[in-house]
Amino acid sequence: MRAVVIVFALLIVALVLKAVQVAGRVDQLSGSPAAVADDRQLGAAVARLNEQFHKQWKAENVQVVDTVDDFSVLRRLSLAMFGTVPSLEDIRAFEADDQSNKIDRWVVKMLQDSRYSDYFAERLARSLVGVEEGPFIVFRRDRMTAWLAEQLHKDASWSQMTKELIDAEGLWTDRPAANFITVARIEDEGLDVNKLAGRTVRTFLGQRIDCAQCHDHPFDPAWKQADFEGLAAFYCQAALSPGGVTDYKTGEDKQEVVYQVVDPGAETGRFVPSAVPFHPEWLPADGGLRHRLAEWVTHKDNRRFERAIANRIWGFMLGKPLHEPVDDLPHPVEGETDALDILGQEFRARGDRLSVLIRMVAMSDVFRLSSESSADNEETYTKQVQAWSVFPLVRLRPEQVIGSLFQAGHVRSIDQNSNPFVRVTKFGNENDFLNEYGDLGDEELLQQVGTIPQALLRMNGRFTAEQSKVDGLSAAAQFINFSPDNAALIDNCYLACLCRHPAVDERAYFLNLLESTTEAAAEKRKANPEIPAASPESIPMRTRAQVVEDLVWTLYNSPEFSWNH
Amino acid sequence: MHFNPARRQVLQFLSACGVSLALPAMTARAAARRRDERPKSLITLWMNGGMSQLETWDPHPGTKSGGEVRDIATTNKDVRISELLPQMAEQLHSCMLIRSLTSREGDHERGAAFVKTGYRPEPTLKYPTLGAIAAHELPNPELEIPQYVTLAPDRIVPEGGYLGNQWDAFRVFQPGMGLSNLKSYVSPERQADRLQGLNVVSQQFEQRRQFGAKRTLHQNTLDRALEMMSSEQLKAFELDTESAGVKAAYGDTSFGRGCLVARRLVEVGVRSIEVTLPGFDTHVANHSGHVTNCKILDPAIATLIHELRDRDLLDSTIVLCISEFGRTPSINPAAGRDHWPNWFSCMIAGGGFRESTVIGATPTDVFEGKKADGKLVLPAEPVLVPELYATIMATMGIDFRKEIVTPIGRPIRFADALPSAYLLKEDVASRVIRG
Repeated sequence: MRAVVIVFALLIVALVLKAVQVAGRVDQLSGSPAAVADDRQLGAAVARLNEQFHKQWKAENVQVVDTVDDFSVLRRLSLAMFGTVPSLEDIRAFEADDQSNKIDRWVVKMLQDSRYSDYFAERLARSLVGVEEGPFIVFRRDRMTAWLAEQLHKDASWSQMTKELIDAEGLWTDRPAANFITVARIEDEGLDVNKLAGRTVRTFLGQRIDCAQCHDHPFDPAWKQADFEGLAAFYCQAALSPGGVTDYKTGEDKQEVVYQVVDPGAETGRFVPSAVPFHPEWLPADGGLRHRLAEWVTHKDNRRFERAIANRIWGFMLGKPLHEPVDDLPHPVEGETDALDILGQEFRARGDRLSVLIRMVAMSDVFRLSSESSADNEETYTKQVQAWSVFPLVRLRPEQVIGSLFQAGHVRSIDQNSNPFVRVTKFGNENDFLNEYGDLGDEELLQQVGTIPQALLRMNGRFTAEQSKVDGLSAAAQFINFSPDNAALIDNCYLACLCRHPAVDERAYFLNLLESTTEAAAEKRKANPEIPAASPESIPMRTRAQVVEDLVWTLYNSPEFSWNH
Repeated sequence: MHFNPARRQVLQFLSACGVSLALPAMTARAAARRRDERPKSLITLWMNGGMSQLETWDPHPGTKSGGEVRDIATTNKDVRISELLPQMAEQLHSCMLIRSLTSREGDHERGAAFVKTGYRPEPTLKYPTLGAIAAHELPNPELEIPQYVTLAPDRIVPEGGYLGNQWDAFRVFQPGMGLSNLKSYVSPERQADRLQGLNVVSQQFEQRRQFGAKRTLHQNTLDRALEMMSSEQLKAFELDTESAGVKAAYGDTSFGRGCLVARRLVEVGVRSIEVTLPGFDTHVANHSGHVTNCKILDPAIATLIHELRDRDLLDSTIVLCISEFGRTPSINPAAGRDHWPNWFSCMIAGGGFRESTVIGATPTDVFEGKKADGKLVLPAEPVLVPELYATIMATMGIDFRKEIVTPIGRPIRFADALPSAYLLKEDVASRVIRG
């Protein structure tokens, strides 16, 4: 009996350790983050990008809104790169930083923070393997995201990552990139080459040819069914073996494995050779089918490759890609250069690193535009939104909402240095909240409005109650204990939740409430004993803690909290 | 778009005192209208995991594929169903069994996506479920609670897909046991204060973002959430007023309570309701798994149909009992049956569908997989899921041909098939299809 209890206790300990390990997965990142290159040349590219937008605004005669203050930029950066509002600790450090070139220096600092690699890995994983559970045993999402986080932490080349994904070999646990292939496994049927071909084009080239699987593309004459089939053929030799993903060049009959399409109603398959829809000269002569495809996709002249990732990163940073849907880009036009090309060219020139795109977007004029508009009619505002001459209002993703709720409930940054309890709590909270709030799946960059259950969860859910509580070491309790006066108390609440100072009206409103608390009344009576105590019939007064809890609740439920602006 | 804090305060206060200024919920009762005037509702009973047709609607005792189950007589003398559904046998005169559904999706997620939407899942577009389409097309303006509700759901939310996430089903995890997040955790007075403060902060945000803020629908969603919090119609989710006898008849289970709540939601005019019964993925011990599950299913579904008929609601309510696929005729070494999308069954009652009818049959001598000539075993005359859904839409008064331009720019029809008159009662078919 005793032995059973000991084994049971050990099991519990192991489970807790595992939970801590999972919650603190960033600890596994090896090595220090890569140094981020000197930015002088990046400045020139950013100037070209800005010029492109300014020319467009002038040509279209759209009103350009004002720029925002640095706090607003910090909030945008933190939401995009860490998935949370900035911590009060970060805000204070940012406020105290009076050196030049502040935003770019902070972006570089954030790129080296494991909160970035961890969060961006989750977001990239959606485009690579979707959000479904995936096939049993042979698919390990956690391994995939850990690998992505490590690559981001190293500031690895996106081309190299792409090659490793398309041409992955080995076990899904040992070689995490192989999960890009194994996720396409269909029970009893092997790998779904159509799924792999569709995803390759959507994720790496930013275009959709999925409907060409069954017929020529109805809206885009450039995509034929033969194009889809030719691309799918590059995956026909990929297979799952006991050793993981591999390629079988010949089958059991010693014949070369080729791609065969069985048309509806046909008795036998039709041979389809591997072929690319354009620029076959980019295909290397040698190597396996997937290797050749990977080289073609990432070829230095393949503009679609850099445009696709530039559009996605723009979407991650601003909540809305330059072109929507994110993976339905128009064909690049020979001789024309647009914003995606400017981003893409610099990305290519600097080793295909995502950090280049992130920094360029963060330094661009568009990223600093206000979301406020003086447009006096809907049409003018719509034109501004379409021309990016106003910052788009975008609903926060579910994990950004819970991440922000949790971060705002703590004064210090929640990262790999937080104590394990805080991280485990965050991990548990995040999963519960996402389950109730609903996940956007791999359509994460589709613009959606909020729902009633989400509003109910924000108003009445336990997450809001817990994070706004004046209790122990909660942020609200610390604000009360350490703010020198009521104005500072309100200021701290606003900074932690909304990353801004309160407006004059707002401060006045909440000051009035804080000056009418039971504690304030007691203070006044102490100073002037002639003031009568409140009669039992009068409206009950709030305590100071209640007013602060109400204030934090209010800020959590404001549109400003759950929208990127 | 701004709410009026004074009005809210009053509402909150009155609601705290048990007084509601909202329309008395039950004036919206579907039951109060004449039968042919009533808008229809849809109740989908989702048998999660893949229900075996052989242990339920289409038993084959004594055959190689029949397993341990026996069959019993029903109120239709020509039809026998599984002995595990004795109460349903008594209701079969109100039901149609379709024994020739077919699908190509043998994976749970993909199978469920297909059977819930009528479209095979694809990576670039999310389709709305049948229930979401019904709620979207036939919104009940008198409702203060959601138009689309899922009771005891699994982790996959029935989605509005390309119609937008505001058409996702409202999830009730423990039917009849209270709703989550519908009560403020502070006193009504404090809640009123909070809302007043929220007004101050929201105004600041909206000041120079009037068009952008309007598009977020944030305030609108919040107002509707607050309206729901104080709605009398929330009582439809509660079972306190139901007699112990009724509750016992449905069964003291989450699914049983879900079916009873579903009936109550139909009565207040909710358009689509889904109730989930999990546990059908019987790769191991298929027979005992179905014995356990049918003990939950049988009383709940039989009582639901019986009660709807008694309350004269069956003609205006479609009850569809379906799952993502069926299970193989062969029994594996673990005494289980595996996934079999090729040929499975569903039950449908009410809403103008034919009664006391069976369509198709699972053959007795067939085994899953492929025949010797390499062709899949499929029903010769299948009822296609999109065809069934087009028929349900037609009888509910939804234009199944309607095309919506989806977020990816592709126009998509609500149903990828035409409705079938032979699934409906003669007079209904002439009215909604031929007429």
